[in-house]
Amino acid sequence: MSEHPFVPLAALDTLWFQVAGTLCNIECTHCFISSSPRNRSHGMLSLADIEGRLAEARQLGVREYYFTGGEPFMNREMLPILEATLRQGPATVLTNGMLLTPATCGRLKDLFDASEYSLDLRVSLDGFDRATHDAIRGQGVWDKVMIGLRNLAAVGLNPVITVTAAAEGIESADGRTRFLEIIRSFGFEKPRLKVLSLFRIGAEEKRSRAYESWEHLTSSNMPEGDASVLQCSSCRMVTSKGVYVCPILIEEPEAKMGETLGETLRPFPLKFGACHTCWVDGVSCRT
Amino acid sequence: MPDLTRFAFIGGIYSNYWALRATLDDIDRRGVDLTHFLGDLGAFGPHPDRVPELLIERGIRGIQGNYEESLSTRATDCHCGYTDPRDNHYAQISYDYTFGKTSDRLKDWMGTLPGTIRLTAGDRRILLVHGSPRKINEFLWRSTSPAPFLEKLCDDYQTDVIICTHTGLHWHKPLSRNRHVINAGVIGRPANDGGRNVWYTLVEIEGSRVNVEFVPVIYEHEKLAGEMRAEHLPEEFIETVMTGWWTTCLEVLPPKERMAGRF
Repeated sequence: MSEHPFVPLAALDTLWFQVAGTLCNIECTHCFISSSPRNRSHGMLSLADIEGRLAEARQLGVREYYFTGGEPFMNREMLPILEATLRQGPATVLTNGMLLTPATCGRLKDLFDASEYSLDLRVSLDGFDRATHDAIRGQGVWDKVMIGLRNLAAVGLNPVITVTAAAEGIESADGRTRFLEIIRSFGFEKPRLKVLSLFRIGAEEKRSRAYESWEHLTSSNMPEGDASVLQCSSCRMVTSKGVYVCPILIEEPEAKMGETLGETLRPFPLKFGACHTCWVDGVSCRT
Repeated sequence: MPDLTRFAFIGGIYSNYWALRATLDDIDRRGVDLTHFLGDLGAFGPHPDRVPELLIERGIRGIQGNYEESLSTRATDCHCGYTDPRDNHYAQISYDYTFGKTSDRLKDWMGTLPGTIRLTAGDRRILLVHGSPRKINEFLWRSTSPAPFLEKLCDDYQTDVIICTHTGLHWHKPLSRNRHVINAGVIGRPANDGGRNVWYTLVEIEGSRVNVEFVPVIYEHEKLAGEMRAEHLPEEFIETVMTGWWTTCLEVLPPKERMAGRF
């Protein structure tokens, strides 16, 4: 059996924060970290935590910051956290869109305007309509997201809508065109769309299936590809438990690389099933 | 008293030889010491042989962009660095047209261009790159290139001034210790601001002092548009020339830059 290939960290460009831990107000059937209202595997990060990490990141020349969860806006310090981050660099928040009240959207627009750096939002939708979407994300979620999107449109913020491959047909050219029209119908004149791969871990492992033994990379079975597009060649993920290699593998104890960012600048072995998806699909968690 | 050196930097030209002529005339009037181009001579516009012919005739030096790297290696696409299917669709139309209409002699000449150039002036070290020092097609946008990241690029590549292009939008960020990163913009198409002019960059260096001026250039854009139409280039490209608003390759823009444009 040949060894797993290692990916060096070319540069720490992207720093992720598991800002709401694994706590979420919904429980999607495809969630690769099984976030839910009860999952406290990783805890919330505080403003003080983030400020400490920003100081570390400044020394390392980090280019951009991403916030995910769980649901980031369940963190009561989310807006001050964004304000602090945007003083140092661009920030992107991955949200389910359900907590985007008029007041929060107004504050986000103020932050967008005040910073010299970009503030971006990514809102998840998982179907072309209420029925298919709610089958994955939960009863009544579509309607709440629609309110959040309307509030964003009202203040002039233009999020990226992210759709996973669980939305049937989204990966075809026709599916994309249809979805762009749907986004336009929500009031966004410049529709933005990103299609995401599914990872067969967490809840998704039960919804579809687990990775099979052949879906693991070794030096001998590795298809040709470009390691520089892999997240792990340019990112690390901060959670309440320490610093992990990437946003996907936070439930793998072996993916924790250290306590400080400086300890995690070494190469990482592509030994997990999810690594196979990243390599084969060319997945980038970046926008 | 240290000598003063005046540089002109011309970003992506995108086959816009009408704008190149107007830019070179403007540079001549201003008493510039050294002029360099920063790559991406082709794309978007008509008759891609005309820009390199003019640069060779005028003896202007410069570096490869991703276009020159792709054309000289006979690659099948431009390696522009887009990830969205619509961005890639229009990029491929540009590249196929440019590839088909660029002579083998000029493709080979593009292969002889360096990937980077280092200069010195006063006590400043200057590095010319197309995208970024670490990657020919990396996009350095103003709103996603924070100071700590740019400081690290200057440290890693041992330079005081980085001059780049590739994004199509010009900006300048002064850093610590009189260091600077300057995106020179492009003369190939307008800066997505509703103006029909294009932009090149003057940099004046004296000792450790670096002064940057972005220069708007008005050129015969209607003649360019007419030729693009005659060559059956996409109407979307012509609209950009005529209105000053980008209509394609928009998905790659960060939110701040996207918000500033019409589309």
